[in-house]
Amino acid sequence: MLKQVAVVSGKGGTGKTTITASFAALAHDMVIADCDVDAPDLHLLLHPQIVKTQEFKGSKLAAIDRTKCIKCGLCKESCRFGSINDSITIDSLSCEGCGVCVIVCPEEAISLKERISGYNFISKTKYGTMSHARLNPGEANSGKLVTLVRHNARKIAEEEDLDLILIDGPPGIGCPVIASVTGVDAGLIVTEPTMSGIHDLDRALQLLNHFNILPLVCINKYDINRKNTEKIVKSCEKNEVDIAGKIPFDPTVTEAMVAGKTIVEYSPENEVSQEIKTTWKRVLSVLNK
Amino acid sequence: MIISIASGKGGTGKTTVAVNMALSLKDVQILDCDVEEPNVHVLLQPKINETKPVYLSTPLIDEEKCNRCGKCSDFCEYNALFVTPEKVLFFPQLCHSCGGCMLVCPKNAITEKNVEIGMVKTGVAEGVELVFGELNVGEPMPVPVIKAVKKQIESNKTVIIDSPPGASCPVVESVSGSDYCLLVSEPTPFGLHDLKIMVQVLEGLKTPFGVIINRAGIGDKKTYDFCEEKGLPILLEIPFQRKIAGLYSRGIPFVVNMPEWKRKFQSLMDDIEGLMKC
Repeated sequence: MLKQVAVVSGKGGTGKTTITASFAALAHDMVIADCDVDAPDLHLLLHPQIVKTQEFKGSKLAAIDRTKCIKCGLCKESCRFGSINDSITIDSLSCEGCGVCVIVCPEEAISLKERISGYNFISKTKYGTMSHARLNPGEANSGKLVTLVRHNARKIAEEEDLDLILIDGPPGIGCPVIASVTGVDAGLIVTEPTMSGIHDLDRALQLLNHFNILPLVCINKYDINRKNTEKIVKSCEKNEVDIAGKIPFDPTVTEAMVAGKTIVEYSPENEVSQEIKTTWKRVLSVLNK
Repeated sequence: MIISIASGKGGTGKTTVAVNMALSLKDVQILDCDVEEPNVHVLLQPKINETKPVYLSTPLIDEEKCNRCGKCSDFCEYNALFVTPEKVLFFPQLCHSCGGCMLVCPKNAITEKNVEIGMVKTGVAEGVELVFGELNVGEPMPVPVIKAVKKQIESNKTVIIDSPPGASCPVVESVSGSDYCLLVSEPTPFGLHDLKIMVQVLEGLKTPFGVIINRAGIGDKKTYDFCEEKGLPILLEIPFQRKIAGLYSRGIPFVVNMPEWKRKFQSLMDDIEGLMKC
């Protein structure tokens, strides 16, 4: 049966991608999905060879026919996103393509046009097939693009008869995160023992709880503040949340990133690599329970 | 003057820069627009004076008046309405609150009701005024909460805006309208990759910007090469130091224990003002 695990964090920069890339190198027979579509980094470690590229048309954009427009301003008054200015031109960044301006225009001067908001890719990596995407800078609709990336990942899993999808999620708790975690079998929250990390972990746990997703926690750089690590461990024990791993701080992780390699391959004997292996085993055992 | 702080990649030090800068300057208002995971208040520990809910207007359908014609669902670009022969199904999490369904309904069967999606909190700490938003857990759309936070801007002050990570609509909403943007990066391949994406966003917005390199000393030199090639000013470097990381982990802004840094943030502000004049 197909299993899906998402690596998320709440707070950005806790090490999601470093850990996901290592999981990909350790796991066999899985599909990789990079669901951080507005600032994707997984490809910098996994070096995918793109096999298929598709345009992503996430939303529409209002377009005004200058020859018909009488500048009555009704469209501007009706737009709730403030996307039409005094000279009756559309601000493409804030326009959400709702179509209200189209119906209020007495001259039928406005229409909705499809816009390309990004691209999604199917690629080969040495660890398995990867589904990923790139939202154009500043665009909206990252949630929809994430859904498409996951849809493609499921199709690949079916075609290749694989039963695991590994998802690298975006930071935060909003639409792209919700789209990354809905329906997964487990969510691994990567946190760090800082006050901000603890605050954001709490909200990420609430999110997984809200969507009935089994949470697992991994404390990255656990030794930079052992007191805070202890706090996280105690709070997880109290809430019966499984700690899947504790990974130490080590500058070798950055060295591996600079070399464009996963830490488990760059320095397999390193304690970080050993701990990531242990964490991955835990995740797998929880998934297969 | 409104200065926003963004990064692309998460965890590069946006909040650290925003808070330490705020504590080094006078007459400052700081806005936390990372409403999914706000952290400024974790570092500033403000006394909260006011909490206001943020509402989204969503359709309320009068089933008595509705004749299931389906015009509302045909209109809705977000598929938030679905009309069955018996009733109209509404999916609030897909609704963008455009109000179009109300306009197209021939039976005037649609009105609106307010749904709470988050909070805006206002407080003070160390003479710094703080406004931060919190998106309710499970709600998908941060942008209306960000807009509500930005409504509180007091433009006679120095306004510092802490943006969310990423490079999509919430970041654009946070940064747009600022006079200057500081991009906080770390000198690693991930940091550089996401910095390049943010540079494209800011070029699109036509907002002037400069770069701050945090954790200087780790990684490689490619971020510096990129800034040089692009002619981007590197306005400040914060070295990778265990002391700074340790203070951050305990939730302490480093200028509190390392007051010599206040001068550096003041010069940073002077540099921005200088750059704005040219």
